[in-house]
Amino acid sequence: MSVIIVLIIIGGLVATGFLVAFLWAVRSGQYDDTVSPSVRMLFDDKKPEKKKKNKKKSQS
Amino acid sequence: MARLKEIEKKVITCYHCGEACEEELIEFDDKAFCCNGCKMVYEILDENDLCNYYDLQNSPGISLKNRDFEEKFAFLDNKEIKDKLLNYTSESLSKIVFHVPSIHCSSCIWLLEHLDTLREGIITSRVNFVRKEVSIDFNPQEISLKTVVELLATVGYEPEINLQNATETKTKSENRRLYLQIGIAGFAFLNIMMLSFPEYLGFEGLDQDIQRFISYVNIVLSLPVVFFSSSNYFVSAYKGLAQRYINIDVPIALGISALFGRSLYEIVTYSGAGYLDSLSGLVFFLLIGKWFQSKTYESLSFERDYKSYFPLAVSKINGDEKEVVQVMELVEGDLIEVRNREVIPADAILMSADAAIDYSFVTGEAEAIQKKNGDRVYAGGRQVGHPIRLQIIKEVSQSYLTQLWNSDTFQQQSKYENLIDNISKYFTFGVLLIASVTGVYWYLVDPGNILNSVTAVLIVACPCALSLATPFTLGNAMTILGRHKLYLKNTGVLEQLWKITLIVFDKTGTLTKGTSGNVHFHGILTQKDKNLISATAAGSTHPLSRMITAETIASVNIKAGLFEEHEGLGLKGVVDGHTVLLGSEKWVTGTNDEVPGNTTTVHLSIDGEVKGYYTFGNVYRQEIEETITELSQYRLAVLSGDNESERANLARFFPDGSDMAFKQKPEDKLAFIKSQQEDGNKVVMFGDGLNDAGALKQADVGIAVTEDISAFTPASDAILFGGNFHHMGKYLKFAKATKKIIIASFAISFIYNFVGLSFAVSANLTPLFAAVLMPLSSITVVAFATFVVRWIAYKQGL
Repeated sequence: MSVIIVLIIIGGLVATGFLVAFLWAVRSGQYDDTVSPSVRMLFDDKKPEKKKKNKKKSQS
Repeated sequence: MARLKEIEKKVITCYHCGEACEEELIEFDDKAFCCNGCKMVYEILDENDLCNYYDLQNSPGISLKNRDFEEKFAFLDNKEIKDKLLNYTSESLSKIVFHVPSIHCSSCIWLLEHLDTLREGIITSRVNFVRKEVSIDFNPQEISLKTVVELLATVGYEPEINLQNATETKTKSENRRLYLQIGIAGFAFLNIMMLSFPEYLGFEGLDQDIQRFISYVNIVLSLPVVFFSSSNYFVSAYKGLAQRYINIDVPIALGISALFGRSLYEIVTYSGAGYLDSLSGLVFFLLIGKWFQSKTYESLSFERDYKSYFPLAVSKINGDEKEVVQVMELVEGDLIEVRNREVIPADAILMSADAAIDYSFVTGEAEAIQKKNGDRVYAGGRQVGHPIRLQIIKEVSQSYLTQLWNSDTFQQQSKYENLIDNISKYFTFGVLLIASVTGVYWYLVDPGNILNSVTAVLIVACPCALSLATPFTLGNAMTILGRHKLYLKNTGVLEQLWKITLIVFDKTGTLTKGTSGNVHFHGILTQKDKNLISATAAGSTHPLSRMITAETIASVNIKAGLFEEHEGLGLKGVVDGHTVLLGSEKWVTGTNDEVPGNTTTVHLSIDGEVKGYYTFGNVYRQEIEETITELSQYRLAVLSGDNESERANLARFFPDGSDMAFKQKPEDKLAFIKSQQEDGNKVVMFGDGLNDAGALKQADVGIAVTEDISAFTPASDAILFGGNFHHMGKYLKFAKATKKIIIASFAISFIYNFVGLSFAVSANLTPLFAAVLMPLSSITVVAFATFVVRWIAYKQGL
């Protein structure tokens, strides 16, 4: 039956790992703003290079 | 017909800000813009390939009409001010956080986080949408703070920089701490429950050692719950007791102590498994309730005083030199310069020839007031037009407007008793009484059961469900009201609303709409006259001219050939060979007959022929009569800073017997509310300007009415969007209904307590029963409160 004790300890360690992850997330401010990250991940970083050159020419 | 309407509706809107292009229409790059400012932002973004901004949301920009800031941010070059604002600075890196009220959509986030592509020297920028803040890291060698702010202002995101945010210290840790407490309590709760499963299912065959091991693991898990997660309850209970005051946290702290103590005892003496699962579950639920209650509108500020309206710095004149000094350092006799649209920071004497001062924020009055050399100018107004020089006669904190904040009202912390604390007094005594009666009974019958039954009473009577009823009912109600644009500072405001007897209104800006006047022309105008008037008035920035321009629709676009503006008198324009005079009666006709009433007038003559005059009446909010009638179950009163010209109009829809007072100074308003409170009234004050600030603060509930939620509002308990003012009757009714919901929730939790107690006094409370009963009661109450609040809101059309 002492295998249960080992299992409890292992289970406890795994759970503690998640708890630590949660504590870290809170402390690093991930719960301070819950709106902008959801928007931010949808931004594209595409750079329409061609357009830039054309514009520069037409303006100068 | 329908088709025609459709065409009429299709107004050209600005590609950048989405406002209708009424005054002018600029076409650029196949797109329409309403003003040069908007076009300029588009150009800047286009040049830097940031037009993605427009793809994320249609017309996301902020209108840039009437914005100019040539020297507005000059004070940001002052070292002391810089040091105050910057969070961190070194040779090559400065960090700053700005509050930008105009952040409103995903495009805003996108643009503000791409500032580094707009200008060299900006390293990173990050938006906190909830708080409407941008944190910017920049290299001070490449770009100055002033340039950063100017850049933000140019693209339409002018940060709010004022005395108050410079002096404020940020408190972010409060919420984080609560999250940590909830996380730890939840972690312990679930793990202890899991480890207690054999106990629940009655596995008798379990090895003694294993059982003991599990119990000790449970103790370890519950330690952070008792000493960290529930620490606030102990602190609060202690504070209450120290002030000889029993709040709801006292029985909670008692319950937690009893649970923990009894569990320790049972585990150490091998007499049982303890109630550690109930303990951590209780704390977990309580904290959830607390979190729900603490959800507030972080981006709104309810604590603003005059400091957040006044500028940080002004230019002081020392002989021939101009020097930027902090407003608080101004002393009597200093000579300062105030430019167009800048706020006058202190009472002063006008040294320039003339000035037009817009007190719209202070009084709600839209028109600028003309002042002459030597006149006294009060703090809080904005100069409109050319720069003026002023000599300070009173320090900032002693000025007419600001000395309001020196009154006692602003010193005392408002403290009111809420319902739950009221009940908790009796509740705690009741619990202690039952516990001691139980103890005495078992002492007589079977002394072995004393400890068992007494601790069981304390455990089961722990007012978990009771203390969840209020946060969930009021928290939900607050969210619903927020959706209808009445933003409450906290849930306590709702409790205050239950008791109100008197409603006081400010007139201008509250009952009437702040800015747009009802322009009415007395006389007859042909379309040709209108064209001439429009061309003349368009040349002036005077508020009255703007109102006339907005009202007069020209059929052709002509420009005035000759245009003169005489401050304090009026306008002269020569259009198509016709001379147009607009302005005071003296300016137009040369005589000075009084026009009936106290209303403001602008007279008109074309080619020497007097055509008539314009009047600017007050425009009441929509459905004002119905709103007032709906509210007339309370006593009503109007306090106006204006003259009595509107008395007759107000009397029409206010019930007889309502108090009406005119020409009220800020202190008068405050005094009126104070005297009403001394007579036993609970007062709600509706106001908008700085002159209502004292009254808003003194009132039991001060509600600031505003047309623009992100704009400045004086310190208040709630902020109401002006366009929803006519729903106020409904809101109050709903607020009152929450009281009944709370009482019903209390009843439910009392039933649970009663059932639990009957087991406890007979010494039959098992750990399993406690572990089921306590979460069950909490969940029932939470579900009941949430459901009923939403159902009632739905029924009342909210």
